[in-house]
Amino acid sequence: MYTDLLQYVFGGLTSGAIYALIALGFCVVSNTMGIVNFIQVDFVTLGGMFMFSALFSLGLPTIPALGLAVAMVALAAMVVERVGLRPARSDNHLVLIFLTVGLSIIMRGVIKLVWGKNRMALPPLTPDVPVQILGASVLPQALWILGLTIVAIAVLTWFFHRTSLGLSMRAVASNPTAAAVVGIPAGRVRLTSYAIAGALGGLAGVLVTPITTLNYDVGVLLGLKGFAAAILGGFGSFPGAILGGLGLGLLESLSAGYLSSAYKDVVAFVVLLLVLFVRPKGLLGK
Amino acid sequence: MLRLEGVGKNFGGLPALKDVSFGAPAGRLTALIGPNGAGKSTLINCITGVLAPSCGSILFQGEEIAGLPAHKVTRRGIHRTFQNLRLFPRLSVLDNVLTGLTCEGGESMLMAMLRLPYLRHRERQLKLRALEAMDAFGLADKAAWPAGVLAYGDKKRVELARAIVGRPKLLLLDEPVAGLNAEETAAVGEQLRNLRRAGHTILLVEHDMDLVMNIADLVVVLDSGQCIATGTAGEVRRNPIVLEAYLGRMEATA
Amino acid sequence: MTGRQNLLYFLTLHRTGLAVTLMSAALLAFPFVEDNPYTLGLTNLIAINAIVVLGLNLFIGYTGQISLGHAAFFGLGAYGSAIATVTFELAPWPAMFLVAALVALIALAVGIPVLRLSGHYLAMATLGLNYVVHTVLLQWDEVTGGPSGFAGIPSLTVPGTVIDDAVGLHYLLWGFAMACLLLCLNLVRSGVGRGMAALAGDETAAAALGVDTRATKIKVFVLSAVLASLAGSLFAHCYAYVSPDTFGIFASTDFVIMVVVGGMGSIWGSVFGAAFLTLMPEWVEFFDTYKDFVHGGILVLVLMFLPQGLITGLTDTIRVRLALRRRDHAAA
Repeated sequence: MYTDLLQYVFGGLTSGAIYALIALGFCVVSNTMGIVNFIQVDFVTLGGMFMFSALFSLGLPTIPALGLAVAMVALAAMVVERVGLRPARSDNHLVLIFLTVGLSIIMRGVIKLVWGKNRMALPPLTPDVPVQILGASVLPQALWILGLTIVAIAVLTWFFHRTSLGLSMRAVASNPTAAAVVGIPAGRVRLTSYAIAGALGGLAGVLVTPITTLNYDVGVLLGLKGFAAAILGGFGSFPGAILGGLGLGLLESLSAGYLSSAYKDVVAFVVLLLVLFVRPKGLLGK
Repeated sequence: MLRLEGVGKNFGGLPALKDVSFGAPAGRLTALIGPNGAGKSTLINCITGVLAPSCGSILFQGEEIAGLPAHKVTRRGIHRTFQNLRLFPRLSVLDNVLTGLTCEGGESMLMAMLRLPYLRHRERQLKLRALEAMDAFGLADKAAWPAGVLAYGDKKRVELARAIVGRPKLLLLDEPVAGLNAEETAAVGEQLRNLRRAGHTILLVEHDMDLVMNIADLVVVLDSGQCIATGTAGEVRRNPIVLEAYLGRMEATA
Repeated sequence: MTGRQNLLYFLTLHRTGLAVTLMSAALLAFPFVEDNPYTLGLTNLIAINAIVVLGLNLFIGYTGQISLGHAAFFGLGAYGSAIATVTFELAPWPAMFLVAALVALIALAVGIPVLRLSGHYLAMATLGLNYVVHTVLLQWDEVTGGPSGFAGIPSLTVPGTVIDDAVGLHYLLWGFAMACLLLCLNLVRSGVGRGMAALAGDETAAAALGVDTRATKIKVFVLSAVLASLAGSLFAHCYAYVSPDTFGIFASTDFVIMVVVGGMGSIWGSVFGAAFLTLMPEWVEFFDTYKDFVHGGILVLVLMFLPQGLITGLTDTIRVRLALRRRDHAAA
């Protein structure tokens, strides 16, 4: 009974950490550009795919492969922003959001063409010997996920509070007009926010693939749950994204454990609708 | 007609308006003046329902309208123009003026979809009214043009026609001559005088002192969010506080 | 006025009515010219898609909001009719309108809370709704038939005949589509429609003109959901079989692409967009492999060069050119 609960909690935290990473990616772009970035869902898929290629086509060891995969997704995200969004020169949110939808469809085509439509499996970062923690057996991959998520959050915090580019980005988020007046380069801020969103999504994809296996549809689903997490926490708020991600992961795993697993994937969207209904600014929204 | 009592508005603790009280009597042209940052725009937004005042009451025809949403204020009979034009550039001039009649309601979405004969008749009448209003502002020959291609002065006139066509009880004009040359300003002044003569109640927010002094029945002076003087143009012109706060500063910068 | 001017004046004044009459005449005659069931099947699919796109375009083009979940309403209509007529043995016509009313309630439940927020939360809420609906259609197999779909849906009947051949369906579906087209044209050309156009152009100005912006958004959203539901019911009765994959989130994005190709807020453009996207696989050989590139590419290119959408963008450009020329002409 108690062990079951603990098992569900660990499972929930693990997927929650993944959702938190994706939610953070949504928030970064939303804060600097004011839009919902639909390509975020493709960054997740792309992360897993690059990891697959780095491990099996290039034959790299695990850790360098992880770094390469994340960097590649960040690079791809920057290309998308530079080639796909910036030339539109539009400030109309409707147009920009539709553009991200269009770019997401193209990206889906690229992924299917390069990596095929089958589900990809990845080996875990370290061999699969369950570890016993407080009576629950936990896979090392879950510990990796939790650990690397904490590292990513720490790096982000450092970036946003200690580097001048990060401070500029926070300025843009809190007051775009004023930021433009004092001469913060809008182009670079947008490009960087895409790179960060790509890296976060990519990392989520790399980490989750050994657990769930990955193809395009799975990536989309994870991406959408990440968005639901961002809404749950309060769209645009970084602590909210983390809290929302973990909360959503726990809800999902507990409802799958105690209610029904057939509708596990629906929980996120029911939560999304309920939050919009009851408290649209989310748990930590401004 | 319109009566403000102790209206205040705070933005995050900073007061933009403090205890503003004045009235705009029926059939008169009341002008609201004040230096930049005096709170004129905030006040207008409070009256028209874009913002809700933090305290005080705004009575229109004896009824409280403070805090009502914008569309309800409009439906009570307060129509406005905007300082920075807000036309619909893709719609024709005629359609732009016709949007000024939306407030009269009278048709539901379902009725509109079925295009009942009664609506066709009504539509014809609305078009006649719109053409009449456009005629009054010399716009009749441009009815079919997209509003976006008009010259600036014409756009201002379209906005006026749009505000007038719905037969407002109170017409609220936000800097109607900003950006116009002397000749055009004089023309607008003449039109305002005509409207006033036709019995319209007008609240004019304006920077142009000459225009205000020439046509206003009553002048309200706002400074730093407070109402510092009310009276006829002559009284206000002689009021030392006003001279200090507003005219003096104008001369100093001129 | 000369006779030519008179004629021109008459044509401009009645252009909408004439266009509708012409198109109806062409559609009436079409089966006499072309009776290949395959071709008719395609044009019938255009009619169904056009009904969905008409509603969606009213919503996107006139309220400036995004719905990425109209395939959910389409699917609810289709499965609703299937379940009502097969499981509950209701008559198809009343069932169709009963289902549409239920879908309207669902749209209301989603629209009321989400549309009071500024920002584009509706995009994600509708996407989430689409995902929930799709999952339920897949998982709840004792009611929906699960992944293998729902078969045996009866054909629609009009007194005396059962409509189950391509020609009969042509008249049924296009009759419906033209009726919806006419209703939408009436709407946008009415006073209510002008209020909607104002809302699309500038929300603050629209409110200052007395348009209840929130109520208008919700009403148009519900209207678009009802049209999608009716189209779904027709789809179910037309093919006698429905399966969950027709109503996934990618179907929703396809509807959005049809809207963008047609142009935001353009009623005629909606029909064009539906036809263009439905027929494209027929023209483009390599379409199957590169479907995503073609769809995404169209969306991105149209938005980049004509943000108002293809047809609206083109007609706007022409209108402005003409007006500018007339203005300069008048000035000279």
